[in-house]
Amino acid sequence: MILKRSFAIVVAAVLVAGCGAESETSDGKQIVNIGHVGPLTGPISHLGKDNERGAGLAVDEANELDLVIDGVPVQFRLLSEDDEANPQKATVVAQKLVDSNIVGVVGHLNSGTTIPASTIYFNSDIPQVSPSATAIAYTHQDYQTAHRVMANDEQQGKVLGDYAVKTLGAVGIAIIDDRSAYGKGLADEFESAIKDAGGKILTREFTDITKTDFTAILTKIKGLNPDLIFYGGMDSQAGPMMKQIKNLGLTSLFLAGDGVQTQQFMVLAGAEGEGAYASSPGLPLDQMAGGKEFREKYKQIYREDIQLYAPYAYDATFVMINAMMRANSTDPAIYLPFLRNTDFPGVTGRIRFDERGDLRGGSISLYRVVKGKWQYVETIGGAD
Amino acid sequence: MDIFAQQVLNGLVLGSVYALVALGYTMVYGILGLINFAHGEVVMIGAMIALAVVSALLSMFPEMPPFLMISLAGTAAILVCMSLAFFIERLAYRPLRNAPRLAPLITAIGISILLQNIAMIIWGRKYKTVPQIFPTETFELFGANITSVQIFIITISAVLMAGLLGIVHFTKLGRAMRATSESQRVAGLMGINVNKIISVTFMIGAGLAAVAGILIAGNYSVAHYSMGFMLGLKAFTAAVLGGIGNLGGAVLGGLLLGLIESIGAGYIGDLTGGFLGSHYQDVFAFVVLIVVLVFRPTGIMGERVSERA
Repeated sequence: MILKRSFAIVVAAVLVAGCGAESETSDGKQIVNIGHVGPLTGPISHLGKDNERGAGLAVDEANELDLVIDGVPVQFRLLSEDDEANPQKATVVAQKLVDSNIVGVVGHLNSGTTIPASTIYFNSDIPQVSPSATAIAYTHQDYQTAHRVMANDEQQGKVLGDYAVKTLGAVGIAIIDDRSAYGKGLADEFESAIKDAGGKILTREFTDITKTDFTAILTKIKGLNPDLIFYGGMDSQAGPMMKQIKNLGLTSLFLAGDGVQTQQFMVLAGAEGEGAYASSPGLPLDQMAGGKEFREKYKQIYREDIQLYAPYAYDATFVMINAMMRANSTDPAIYLPFLRNTDFPGVTGRIRFDERGDLRGGSISLYRVVKGKWQYVETIGGAD
Repeated sequence: MDIFAQQVLNGLVLGSVYALVALGYTMVYGILGLINFAHGEVVMIGAMIALAVVSALLSMFPEMPPFLMISLAGTAAILVCMSLAFFIERLAYRPLRNAPRLAPLITAIGISILLQNIAMIIWGRKYKTVPQIFPTETFELFGANITSVQIFIITISAVLMAGLLGIVHFTKLGRAMRATSESQRVAGLMGINVNKIISVTFMIGAGLAAVAGILIAGNYSVAHYSMGFMLGLKAFTAAVLGGIGNLGGAVLGGLLLGLIESIGAGYIGDLTGGFLGSHYQDVFAFVVLIVVLVFRPTGIMGERVSERA
């Protein structure tokens, strides 16, 4: 009897404590939960952790401002979840976040996880801002909840196509893609941009993500003597491909997207990587409006350098908080239209969304391998 | 014309490696009637071991001459693969020798998955870079470009294949192997240690596989835990194409498959007016295999084999 009663008291106490933690801090501030999702374990966990830190930094800074929304002092809290870069896990944690009463979510990191999770957020009317998902499909589902603060693959493909024809002066162009959603999507956009810019597609070849031998298609390409070879795919293939291009005596320029603008490409391609071009959405950190400052702030707090997307996660979080402030409400249904109308001077640049939730005037930066390092060439777009 | 020469050369390089691996399939099949699906993984282990040894040597003795380095790495890889094959045969296949034929086949697939996962745990999921210890030089041959590594691949494969044919046809061990493949029981009655011959066969195949692994890793400069799977399937296809169980057939099948793939990927688009593209490279190779098997079910050089008891 006594046991039972004490058990009931404990349960009641836990419930009360739980409620308290959910809604108010000890000093009477209203708690506002913002979700964050990225791969915090697995091979790209360093990128997930980086995003989490970017978002965390924004939340901490917002809290220091002692913001008041609708007459109530608020305290933001970041609920961070791990999707392991796995689409199935992504939907599970998305539902978990929705059930923990978040008012918005910053994430996910990968396109492959962002797209399935976006359906769950859309069905629950939870605004979503992805820092780094670039696949076109994400914002083409007519979900008014879906946003991103980085240029998408469509924008990237267009810029790359224009750059190939107008800046690099390539006329005859060969395209290879790896048949993945990312590689094919990027190559399709590139192809139509080439046609618009007056270039000529000599051939379109295909490979897949398990292959390391490209000599047959490269030899065929050699016979067509293109000015430029474009590859829609990832660094693991592009590295060996670059080697084979040089070994076959091809002198064409090599151009690829952000999947190749990595350290891994440099390692795999070795000396043969010299002269390759690749793009990456956004500006290099040093060129960003608040880039240098952000880099130092980040390093001071986490004692590590930024990996990749942390400034985007930081901006994504602030864009969301900014919309709540302008709407004077943390109710997702009320502040969502304000989020769509964002015009925010972020660390990564000016942030505005178009009617799909894509970043307006997203910029694309081009890099070239010089002496074994990716060297910044120029940034295209960004001015809208 | 030089484009065609280049495609033929690409095909020969690819085909030499297929042939080396196909020999391992065909030798085991010739003796046991078993399709050793774990053979592709032995290739991968060979590449990984050699890579590990080279990396270690590079960090400890950066001044070591490249030839010594590659010889040490090669020896280590061959020894590891041979012992691996010995234990696979001893533990996974020998207990099932008199079981229905499906049982060892399933075991072989199991071993293949097991080896892939072990490799993934040891060496991780990332593509590993193979350090270039030889400077790559490019030569021109009939208007086609060939690198020093590719010349090395073709030469080594040719030497090894000739050596193997020599062993099988002109030594006592070879005679014992041929006898065992004719009939294990009769060979046993003639005083041949059948178990030993089978072990040796597995080990020779694994040694060739290790070399193939090193050649592939060296040529493409990458190694990955899943690199052996598709290669194994292709080599098996080559063995079937040439006539499984026939050593000359495996060599012929390997070279043919390499040429078909290379020329197929290069010209299929033009031949079909752009209707089929280079993603039909593999399909093309398998269509050729099917056509050959329809007209010659035993492969190009295979002879009719009576069903084993």
